[in-house]
Amino acid sequence: MKRYGEGRQWPQTLLIVAALVAAGVLLVLPLLVVLTGAVAKGWTVYFAAIHERAALAALQLTLTVAAIAVPLNLVFGVVAAWCIAKFEFPGRSALITLIDLPLAVSPVISGLIYVLLFGAQGVFGGWLGEHGFRIIFAVPGIVLATIFVTFPFVARELIPVMQQQGREYEEAALSLGASGWQMFRRVTLPNIKWGLLYGVILCNARAMGEFGAVSVVSGHIRGKTNTLPLHVEILYNEYNHTAAFAVASLLALLALITLALKSWVEARARSERQTAIIARADEDLL
Amino acid sequence: MSIEIRQLQKHFGAFTALHGIDMAIEDGELIALLGPSGCGKTTLLRLIAGLETPDAGSIHLHGHDVTRLDARHRGVGFVFQHYALFRQMTVFENIAFGLRVRPPSSRPAEAALRAQVERFLDLVQLGALAQRYPDQLSGGQRQRVALARALIIEPKVLLLDEPFGALDAQVRRRLRRWLRHLHDELHVTTVLVTHDQDEALDVADRIVLIHQGQIEQVGSPQQLQDHPKNLFVSRFLGEINHLPARLCDGQLLLGNARWLAPEGSLLADGAVAVGVRPYDWQCGDQPGPDRLPATVTDARWLGGRYRVELDPDIVGGSPITAEWLPAQLPNHEPVSGDRLHLKPNRLALFAPA
Repeated sequence: MKRYGEGRQWPQTLLIVAALVAAGVLLVLPLLVVLTGAVAKGWTVYFAAIHERAALAALQLTLTVAAIAVPLNLVFGVVAAWCIAKFEFPGRSALITLIDLPLAVSPVISGLIYVLLFGAQGVFGGWLGEHGFRIIFAVPGIVLATIFVTFPFVARELIPVMQQQGREYEEAALSLGASGWQMFRRVTLPNIKWGLLYGVILCNARAMGEFGAVSVVSGHIRGKTNTLPLHVEILYNEYNHTAAFAVASLLALLALITLALKSWVEARARSERQTAIIARADEDLL
Repeated sequence: MSIEIRQLQKHFGAFTALHGIDMAIEDGELIALLGPSGCGKTTLLRLIAGLETPDAGSIHLHGHDVTRLDARHRGVGFVFQHYALFRQMTVFENIAFGLRVRPPSSRPAEAALRAQVERFLDLVQLGALAQRYPDQLSGGQRQRVALARALIIEPKVLLLDEPFGALDAQVRRRLRRWLRHLHDELHVTTVLVTHDQDEALDVADRIVLIHQGQIEQVGSPQQLQDHPKNLFVSRFLGEINHLPARLCDGQLLLGNARWLAPEGSLLADGAVAVGVRPYDWQCGDQPGPDRLPATVTDARWLGGRYRVELDPDIVGGSPITAEWLPAQLPNHEPVSGDRLHLKPNRLALFAPA
């Protein structure tokens, strides 16, 4: 059997090598620099940098923000994708555009929007100040900015999955007497679980790594409103390179875990599809 | 009365899917909604199930007005064209679904539930495949799972959307006989949607023929085939020859032939269309006043019968198709160029198209 591309091996090899070199220089090399930089002055210094009070506070804040933003976006994303994929309604295309907005706008602008809304000089700033609520330069602002920036990920993963499945499964469940919740839990959710998990992983990765929007609303108060990415920047600006790299390696570790999870989800979803196909092929042979 | 529909209307934007449908279905009937694609038959079925809401009119099931009732509470079994089996559930769990989602007060205990599912598995002859997943079944098996799943909730009416559409021809014929037997056993009022007239003729007690959102005719397969109300109905239910004629004092004039018009025709004298089924031609080799002369242009042996194409001696007449058993023909088999003299055993009259 003649394979596609046979007799054209040179261009093929060249392209593969180019892609590998680009990935190596742009992705792997920086990661290695971070990891070697982190342990350049030995493991003791590395652990000290991570164990420092401000670093731990930053790690805790990053995890807290992700723990609030991701579940909320999970709910928003499922609801929005559900509406868009299963119903026709006025304003549907406007909603699709709105979901993409955070991807189109620079994160810095996203942060500024919240400052303009909730800051001391902002639209609601006066009222909030009088009643003793702090949003900007405090944790609520960071959470809000993170939610905004990570809003599209779950919905965008789910819309094509749900559109492809159509409404028949839900209609079948309803006609068999299922309530809305029973239908969602027993029929819709199992159908979208891999897409949903994938969206959540991406959403989480972005929530923990977000810099621009969070930087604008945070106020950079050490030990209070610094997330991991902001803490890395502060350390770096203070020429404390080893500590900066050490904390960055923590972020890189979170990213690697995310990546591993993502591959696992993809592999599971693929193997489920394949078993189904193989099983059907068996059936045809019988 | 199982299903009663009054003045039902449905629009999708500017498109009118149904223009005021009136229909009544008796207990235990098997009805086919027949029509070309896009005629509104599936919309009508979905309205009965509560999967769409009508813009006007009402639907009664067993005397209760269900027009505004949620699909979930209608107690209607619906089988989707592509079955919509829950992929992550086994055959057993698919069939059990309708029982498991019942409110706790009316949900059967696990043992009773298992027994009931087993009973329906046996009914559709799938007992051996209970632990399979839908992806591991053939098309015909999936369809039977969908049927069992819809029947286990003891529906007041069973609705089937193109139930045989996704199957290949052999399985389709076998399954529709099987469905007819199942219906005779269970007597659940059943409405099925199809675009295939053979299917409708084969299984249905009555056929509702729908065209462009309106009912063209309702009747038994035989009524529709033998007494079609108009050209559309006659064309849709099997092959038919349409011949231009003049109606004059109860007589039909076609070229030099004169035929008696059927009694009770409401058409005025003048131009009419005569419809004759291919198997309703009488063939002779002698001319006569009631005989339409025609020249054979093609004749084929189709196993058991001849199929003959003829050119009639009518100005502006299109070719005629006739089907004859060997015993119905004069001594020799027809060949191109033969002159034959035709007379219909049965004909239908329509206003000209």
